[in-house]
Amino acid sequence: MPTDPAPPIERPSGLDDHPGARRPDRSRFVSSSGLRIASYEWGPPDAPVVLAAHGGFDFAGTFDVFAPLLVDAGWRVVSWDARGHGDSEHAVLYSWAGDLRDALAVLDSVTTEPAVFLGHSKGGGIMLELADAVPHRVRALVNLDGLPSKNNWPDVSEHERTKMLHTELTGWLDHRRRCADAMRRPGTLEELAERRQRMNPRLTLDWLRYLVSIGGRQDPDGWRWKIDPTLRFGGFGPWRPEWSMQRMPGLPVPVLGVLGLENEAMGWGTRPEDVQPYLPPDARLEALDGVGHFVHIEQPQLVAGLVLDFLQAHL
Amino acid sequence: MNGIVELRHNRAQLALHTVRAGAGAVRPLLMLHGLGERTPDTPPRYLDVWPGPVFGLDFTGHGRSTRPVGGGYTAEILMADVDAALAHLGEVTILGRGLGAYIALLAAGARPELVHGIVLADGPGLVGGGIRPGSPYVLSLVPDAEDSAPDSYALFELSRDVRPPDYAQEYVRQIMQWSGLEHPIAVATVTRPEWLDAVVAEPGVVELDLRAALELFAAVD
Repeated sequence: MPTDPAPPIERPSGLDDHPGARRPDRSRFVSSSGLRIASYEWGPPDAPVVLAAHGGFDFAGTFDVFAPLLVDAGWRVVSWDARGHGDSEHAVLYSWAGDLRDALAVLDSVTTEPAVFLGHSKGGGIMLELADAVPHRVRALVNLDGLPSKNNWPDVSEHERTKMLHTELTGWLDHRRRCADAMRRPGTLEELAERRQRMNPRLTLDWLRYLVSIGGRQDPDGWRWKIDPTLRFGGFGPWRPEWSMQRMPGLPVPVLGVLGLENEAMGWGTRPEDVQPYLPPDARLEALDGVGHFVHIEQPQLVAGLVLDFLQAHL
Repeated sequence: MNGIVELRHNRAQLALHTVRAGAGAVRPLLMLHGLGERTPDTPPRYLDVWPGPVFGLDFTGHGRSTRPVGGGYTAEILMADVDAALAHLGEVTILGRGLGAYIALLAAGARPELVHGIVLADGPGLVGGGIRPGSPYVLSLVPDAEDSAPDSYALFELSRDVRPPDYAQEYVRQIMQWSGLEHPIAVATVTRPEWLDAVVAEPGVVELDLRAALELFAAVD
């Protein structure tokens, strides 16, 4: 049973602040069929809800600049650390269906009224499917560079593909054999920020240091990311990107899609022309030149402005 | 708990049962049960044709294996359950029923050097969730106070897991390329969901009845 009353909000003392960043006003654990999910809120408890899902390998604290901008315009932003991420419990099993269940558990714990669904990257895909699954619970959908396309799927010969899959499968199974005792590699806060910058080359070190202080923890031998070491980049499976996109045309609510057009390693490479055919009526698509995949983390003011303008126009 | 070895797969403990002990006349047969089932206490009669020892693995959420909190089952995770058994047993032939037949295909494709032939048999969970996702449904159950099996999340999620034919074929090709066997896959099912039709259509896959399929791999060194 839970021993901690609530997930931590405060950062360790003595660390630099980041301009515009504000830690959540409240935090608590939500039970998702018994799994402890760390959830957070910015803004007054009686304001209308934006349910915000972070991307894979991120955590709710990545909204620390973006969420307060929505709060200042009258919204209550509710987010959570996905299972195995941040301060949520490390699970035995991870799956898309599990993530959807956790999202609904957080929503159920907050309101039964329709809410704005917002998600970045993988979180965007989760919120898109949740909107399709519980259309009576959603007022509007905001997807931040979380619309998959086939562009980032390697176009290779059948023979090459067989070899690649073999490498992927054995690599993943070897990882599963080892991961029971795995620990993430410790380092100084500076080192973790620098490592993260290889995946997030467009974010400043100052911002990344701030994020390490939330997504990481200080052990006696150094800082390490809180995320479950079982979780691993890449992967394989039966999923096809078009399945996610096909959930969009029938959505009964206003939709805002934001694409970051600057290519980067973690990006999805989706172009406006990939998305246009799937947009429902009342949808708006914003394609941002010179902005990478982490649109709201890289350009919080710009993206919050787009979101607020969209919500004001449609709700 | 006689005849059960506890295997560790990350945070789950998996029960590997000795269904029939035996001298090493031939490599072990590993039985994979169907959806909602568990390893049988006594060997089915058709295993009379298998000359070696017989083991059975309880998948996560089934039988005596760990029932996780909060669901999140995928076929790929059960494939890694099987890999924990392969790490313990070494080279095996696999007999999979229903869901276990699909998992046998994935496991053999991922570890072709450790799986000497697979036999796919009818059983619960053979069909899966079809070739593309249906309408989404988010199931939330109140967790049971007791540790009972099978886990309802396993029953729900593993009866909806999507099995595109081309995905199944990718595993057949892995097996064909690296197993070193001319006929590494024997299909003994009457039921033929689309993924299995696609498997049968691949070169090197044979259709045999259950006993003949087991005899095929018992005979091959």
